[in-house]
Amino acid sequence: MLGIFASIIDGVLVGLVYGLAAMGLTLIWGVMDVINLTHGVMIVAGMFALFLLTSALGLNPYVAMLPVLIGGFLVGVALYWISIHRMVGRPPLMSLLSTFAVNLVLIGVGTAVWGTALFNVEVSVPGISMGRYTFPGAHIVAAVLAAVIAAVLYLFLQHTRLGKSVRAVANNREAAELVGIPTTRVLAISVGLGVALAGISGVLIATLFPFTVLSGDGYQLKGFVVTVLGGFGNPVGALLGGVALGLLEGAVTPFVPVSWTLVIEFVLFVLVLIAFPTGIFRSRRGAL
Amino acid sequence: MKRLCFLAAAAALAATPALAQENTITIGFTDSQTGPLNVDSLGQQRGYEFWRDEVNAAGGIKVGDKRYKVKFVSYDDQSVGGRVQQLYTRLVTQDKADFLFSPYSSGLTAPATVISEQYGKIMIDSGGAEEKPFETGNKYLFMVITSASHYLSGAVAALKEKNPNAKVALVYSDDPFSKAVLAAAAQQAKAAGLQIVMNESYSPSTTDFGPIVNKIVSSNADAVLGGGHYSDGATLARQMHDQRANMKWVSLLVAPADDKFGELGQAALGVTVPSQWELQVNYKPQFGPTTAEFAKAFQEKFHAKADYHTASGYTSGVVLQHAIEQAGSLDTDKVAAALNAMDITTFFGRVKFLTDPGHHGLQAQHQMVLAQWQMIDGKLGRQVVWPAEAKSADLLYPIPAAKQ
Repeated sequence: MLGIFASIIDGVLVGLVYGLAAMGLTLIWGVMDVINLTHGVMIVAGMFALFLLTSALGLNPYVAMLPVLIGGFLVGVALYWISIHRMVGRPPLMSLLSTFAVNLVLIGVGTAVWGTALFNVEVSVPGISMGRYTFPGAHIVAAVLAAVIAAVLYLFLQHTRLGKSVRAVANNREAAELVGIPTTRVLAISVGLGVALAGISGVLIATLFPFTVLSGDGYQLKGFVVTVLGGFGNPVGALLGGVALGLLEGAVTPFVPVSWTLVIEFVLFVLVLIAFPTGIFRSRRGAL
Repeated sequence: MKRLCFLAAAAALAATPALAQENTITIGFTDSQTGPLNVDSLGQQRGYEFWRDEVNAAGGIKVGDKRYKVKFVSYDDQSVGGRVQQLYTRLVTQDKADFLFSPYSSGLTAPATVISEQYGKIMIDSGGAEEKPFETGNKYLFMVITSASHYLSGAVAALKEKNPNAKVALVYSDDPFSKAVLAAAAQQAKAAGLQIVMNESYSPSTTDFGPIVNKIVSSNADAVLGGGHYSDGATLARQMHDQRANMKWVSLLVAPADDKFGELGQAALGVTVPSQWELQVNYKPQFGPTTAEFAKAFQEKFHAKADYHTASGYTSGVVLQHAIEQAGSLDTDKVAAALNAMDITTFFGRVKFLTDPGHHGLQAQHQMVLAQWQMIDGKLGRQVVWPAEAKSADLLYPIPAAKQ
C-alpha cells in the first residue's frame, strides 16, 4: 500500500516538471497557432547549458537557471525571426516544417559536438524517506520550482501590461493591433518566453535524470500528451496536465508491467482527444 | 591549355595502376556513431581500427607469398536496425567488401547476419551475443565473444555463495540481447535456489526509472540483476542510488564495463558487470600482444583505457587474420574452413567455434569474468572479483548503504 502511495507522490513530483516542459510549447501554440518542433531540442539545450555551467564554472545547478532563462529568451527571440515570423498566419504545416528543419539542424550540430553519449549532472540535495521509499531531494526541489515558475507565469499573464498584451494577441491578433498593441514584438516575446521555459525545464530535468543530445524527443512527445490533457494554448492547464500524467503513471505502474504505461498513456491521449477535442482544462477559445 | 589538360589526364591515368598494385583486403561494417548505442559501439570500433593500424604497420596480412593491406569501409548505422540491412547490402554489393565485421549489439547484428548469409560473406561477430541468429543453419557466422546465455552465470554463482537466500529482482531492457541473457539468468537463479521476486522488462528508451525503482523496493528484493546497454543501465544505477533502494547486490549488463560509468560517482560503487575481458585478466597468448602490451599501446594511441568492447573488436581482426593466413587464400569457403578448425588463445582468452549445424559459429571456449566497481586508492575503478582463480580483489558484499 505504501508502495502505491510512494509511486503516486513520485509521479506527481515528476509530473510537475513535465508540465513545466510543456508550458512553453503550449504558450507558443496559444499565442500564434504555431507548433514549435524545436521545443525538444531547446529542452536539451537547457540540459547542456546546465552541464557546461556546472562543470566548467562550478555553478550551483539551481543558480544556473538564471543565465539559462536569459539565454533562452534571447535564443527564442532569434528563433522567432529566423523560422517563425514569416510563417505566422500561414497554414500550420508551414511552421511545423520550418521549426522541424531548425530542429534537425540543431540536433545535427549537437550530435557533431557532443556525440550521443550520456551526460550526468550530480546534484546533492538530501531526500525525504517514507519507510523504505525515498523521494530524492532533487525531485522535490524541481517540482517546487516548476510550480513556482508556473505561478509567476500566470501572474505575469494576468496582471502585467505585457502579459495582457500577450493574451490579447492570442485572443484576436487583428483586434489587438487595432488598439495599438505592437503584435510582432509581442509574438517575438512570446516565443522568447516559450523557449526560456523549455530551457529551464531542461535544467530541472537534467538535475533528475542523465541525458543525451537526443533526449528532447521523448520530452517533446510527453509535452504533446500534457498539452492535450491540459488544453491547447493554456500554460497553467499544462501544469495540471503534467500532474495528471504523473498521477496516472504513478498510479498505474505498481499494477502493470512498466512497458505498458506508455501504451496506457497514449490510449488515454486518444480518448481525451475524442471526448474533449480542446483539452480537459480548456474552457473557451483564447483563454490564455 | 587543352594539351596541358590532356597531359595531366594521361599522367593521372598512368599513375592509377601503380597505386592499384598494392593488394588490399576490404572489410566492411557499420558502427553506431550516433544513437543510444554510441558509447559501447565506439569501443568496438576503436578495437577494429587499432587492429587494422597494427596489421598495416607490420606490412599487412600474409596470404601465400603476398601481403595484403587491410582497408575498412564503414558507415554510421545510427543505432537503427533498418539502416543496418541497407548498409550491409551496400557494403557487399557496392563496396565489394571481402569480409564483414558485426555492428554493435545483438539487435543490430541479427539483421546484418541475414545479409551476410544471403551473399555468402564471412562475418566475425564481436558485438552481438544473442544466440538466435546462429541457430538458423548459417555457414559463415563466427562469434568471438561468450554468448548471451552465459553472461550472468558468474553473477548468479557469486551471489549464491554470498547469500543462498537472496531475493532477486530481474529488471532489464526490452531488447533481444538483454532478454536472452535474463531468460537464461532466470533459469540459472532458480536452479541455484535463489528466489525471483520480480521479473520485468522496460523500454530501452526509458529515461525515468523512478517507478521501476519503487517496484524493486516494493518487491522486497535485496539483489538486482539486469540492465541492457549504456544509457539505460547508467540511469537505472543512478536512480537506485538517488532513491536509496539499498540493494545488497547489483549486476548490470554492459554499462558498468565502460569507464564512463565511474562518472556516476557513489552510484557506481559495488555495481558488478559480467565482462568479456578486463585489464586484469592474464591469458598467455599464442600470438599477438599480451594484455599488458595491448593495454599500454591502446592507452598511448587513444588516451583512454581499453575496455572489453575494444578487446573483442580487436580480437575479431586477429581471428580473421589468423584464419586467412592459415587458409593461405581469400576464398570465403577456405577461410571459413580455417575458422571452423581454429582453437587459439590470445590476450582476450581462448577462441573456438561450435561447428554443428544448429549452433554453427557460436563461441565454445571463451570465458567471462565478473568485475565490480570498487574504491582503488581513493578512486573508483573496476576489479575482477569472480571466478576465484582470476580475481584481482575480494568481492564487496553487501554494497555499502547510500549516504545522504
